[in-house]
Amino acid sequence: MGEGPTGEMHSVFGYYFDLALRSLRRNNALTALMVLAIALGIGASMTTLTVLHVLSGDPLPGRSGSLYYPQLDPRDGHGYVPGKVEPMDQLTWIDGMNLLQAKRADRQALMTGGDVAVQPDNSTLDPFYEDTRFTTTGFFPMFGVLFEYGHAWGDAEDEAHARVAVISSRFNDKVFGGGDSTGKTLRLDGAAFRIVGVTGDWHPNPNFYDLNRKSYNEDEGVFIPLSTSQDLSMAHDGSVNCWGNGGAGQAPDHDSPCAWMQLWVQLDSPAEVAAYKEFLVHYSEQQRALGRFQRSPNVRLRSVMQWLDYQQVVPDDVRLQTGLAFGFLLVCLVNTVGLMLAKFLRRAGELGVRRALGASRRALFAQLLVESGVVGLIGGVGGLLLALVGLWLVRRQPAEYAPLAHLDPLMLLATFLLALGASLLAGLLPAWRACQVTPALQLKSN
Amino acid sequence: MNIQIRPILVALRRHKAGTLLIALQIALTLAIVCNALFIIHQRLTNLSEVSGVDESSVFVIRNQWAADWPTPQVDAQVKADLLALRQLPAVRDATPVSGGYPLSGGGWDNFVTLTPDQPKPVTDSAVYTGDEHYIDTLGLRLIAGRNFRPDEVMVMGTQQSITPAAAIVSKALADKLFPDGNALGKSFYAMSPTPSTIIGIVDPLHRQGVDQYSNGYAGQALIWPLRADDSRGIFYMVRAKPGQLAAAMREAPQALYAQSRMRIIDPKDGIQDYATIRRKVFDSDRGMAILMGIICVVLLAITAAGIVGLTSFWVGQRRKQIGVRRALGARQRDILTYFLTENFLISAAGVALGTVLAIAFNLWTVTRFAMSPMSMAYVGVGVLVLILLGQGAVLAPALRASRVSPVEATRSV
Repeated sequence: MGEGPTGEMHSVFGYYFDLALRSLRRNNALTALMVLAIALGIGASMTTLTVLHVLSGDPLPGRSGSLYYPQLDPRDGHGYVPGKVEPMDQLTWIDGMNLLQAKRADRQALMTGGDVAVQPDNSTLDPFYEDTRFTTTGFFPMFGVLFEYGHAWGDAEDEAHARVAVISSRFNDKVFGGGDSTGKTLRLDGAAFRIVGVTGDWHPNPNFYDLNRKSYNEDEGVFIPLSTSQDLSMAHDGSVNCWGNGGAGQAPDHDSPCAWMQLWVQLDSPAEVAAYKEFLVHYSEQQRALGRFQRSPNVRLRSVMQWLDYQQVVPDDVRLQTGLAFGFLLVCLVNTVGLMLAKFLRRAGELGVRRALGASRRALFAQLLVESGVVGLIGGVGGLLLALVGLWLVRRQPAEYAPLAHLDPLMLLATFLLALGASLLAGLLPAWRACQVTPALQLKSN
Repeated sequence: MNIQIRPILVALRRHKAGTLLIALQIALTLAIVCNALFIIHQRLTNLSEVSGVDESSVFVIRNQWAADWPTPQVDAQVKADLLALRQLPAVRDATPVSGGYPLSGGGWDNFVTLTPDQPKPVTDSAVYTGDEHYIDTLGLRLIAGRNFRPDEVMVMGTQQSITPAAAIVSKALADKLFPDGNALGKSFYAMSPTPSTIIGIVDPLHRQGVDQYSNGYAGQALIWPLRADDSRGIFYMVRAKPGQLAAAMREAPQALYAQSRMRIIDPKDGIQDYATIRRKVFDSDRGMAILMGIICVVLLAITAAGIVGLTSFWVGQRRKQIGVRRALGARQRDILTYFLTENFLISAAGVALGTVLAIAFNLWTVTRFAMSPMSMAYVGVGVLVLILLGQGAVLAPALRASRVSPVEATRSV
């Protein structure tokens, strides 16, 4: 034959493939059962794995590595065991302002969530409340916020307590019917704000910078300077952690012992991170000397991914479901191994003939593995379809992360690798057992 | 019964791989199914948690103010609103609330101590606020003490923190603070330098949340006599007269808008009855229970199909031997018993291993997800289900085997 090794391989593979299809067709019920088992196992595990993958993703790829979240412990000495107690999840107004004004990082932004009444000029739209971010200007360049129109406000506006606002494109569509709305006036809590920017497609998930309201799919429509929001005593929205007897109210003010602010800083090198951490320790000692802090310095400086991990942002139910789905896949695999074993052993006669006619054990083994690979591929396609149905069902759930459950190319690839790998694995033992046939014995019994 | 177990074991030794696979599959299925059953039962128990509220006639209005009024003006409007609501023909009573309501999900909670400077709190309590109509509106059962008097109700403005001198607490909180059972008249501190005295005890009263943290302090809640006149908005809880819920829910927003149009009541979810509130707060529990149910059913079906498949193969393989046994005098019943016993032995080994796996899986969920340890009853049920499933699955191939004619012994295929 004039064919090269590749061509030969190809034709041998084609022959095995043909044999596999013939064999699979001979036992429709058994084949269907194997394919179904693989498809169900793959479908269930890919659905849950995709949800887990989406939920534990990096909210700002490329940027998150240099963003850090400083935490302090300004609480009184009660119940404090040095080294055992985590500092508070948020900062007090005083500490937040102090750290912001120290400007020890490359970039920094102090922020908190708010709930603001919007009074559209458009009379067809009733007034409504909008999730709002009160922040300093560092937020926009630090988090890489994309702008469709206009730009962020600057330091000058922060200092002047200017009535300027950045709105999201969704909000722009709702209130102004889209288009370049910069320069237009927006009435928030009865005050007039000038729109300076409209954000573009920028939706970090999880909403890492403030997990108090919604962890996923948060969609703040309005951003205004923190200073301005405090002038107008706009309503805070999020969690308030108070300690001691410092008031049990739900609404924070600037002097009460309550933590309700978030500070994010950008630190571009490990040296800067170490220096900033030292600064936090130093600050805590200083505050303790002043009598404001009572605990020995108890600080943390977590990166975005460390912060998300610490906050256990991925719901436990999702992890539990993933664990169960993989258990489910395992049962489906064991099931397929058993059925494949029955199927291959039943063909002992045929395999004996092939052996007797000169086929090597390796050739038989390859032939049987191709057959299990075909089962895996068909099962994988079925599993993919089931995963799409599963994700569609997840999206119909009321959970806040539900709309995010989509299959991405990485997960698509993972599905096929998982299906193929699983079925080849399932085929190994049966194929090996079936290849142990003694040709003579099989021929004799026939 | 004269079952020959030894020959079965000898035969199984010749099918090691298949036997091990079936046993392993049964073990894994058992481990997953009994843990899933445990989760289903837990979640279904959550679904039927008692709130203490007269759920068939109570609804909640989320009322946001469209103007930035000072506290006295908000207070005047709230009073007028409540008066208007209570006068509606379909309404029995109404109360202003803040900080959430039973089963609202998130809300206000405070640590509680018995002295003002106690380092470690005794417990954590949900904090509800309302006026002297709170107990009647929710339909709570007052088991000791008295209701708030109108003069005890204080105004809490925007960003204000007020600790009333009187509080009504749930029995669970009273028992936690004062285990001796004489909580009435005693005082506690809820993150404030001034105490609150327990003037009444209600039972039961659910917390806002149904999450793990809340469940750690199940049923522990306090009510403070406060009218929360926040400039942002307020929740009104309204109790309809029996059978008039729908009418009351229709009348209420109209009555409020007639009072003043400077308010926003979300047309989509601004007014919710308790059926909706309960459904929403338990959505994830219900979803999880349904998912676990589906997993159980599919898993059992797959395992049954696997047993049918493998046993059918064995029967096919052994037709000749079965024929020989029949020719030598074995009755159909003996052949049937043979395969049932064989399956029982494999299942028994499977469930033995499965019990270990089930407990290991449960321990993983206990350490990883802080779930509670599983009672062995679930394992018992799982074992029973899987043994029956195995016997059921093997029945069809076994019956086919029992019908093999003795003539087969003489055939060569």
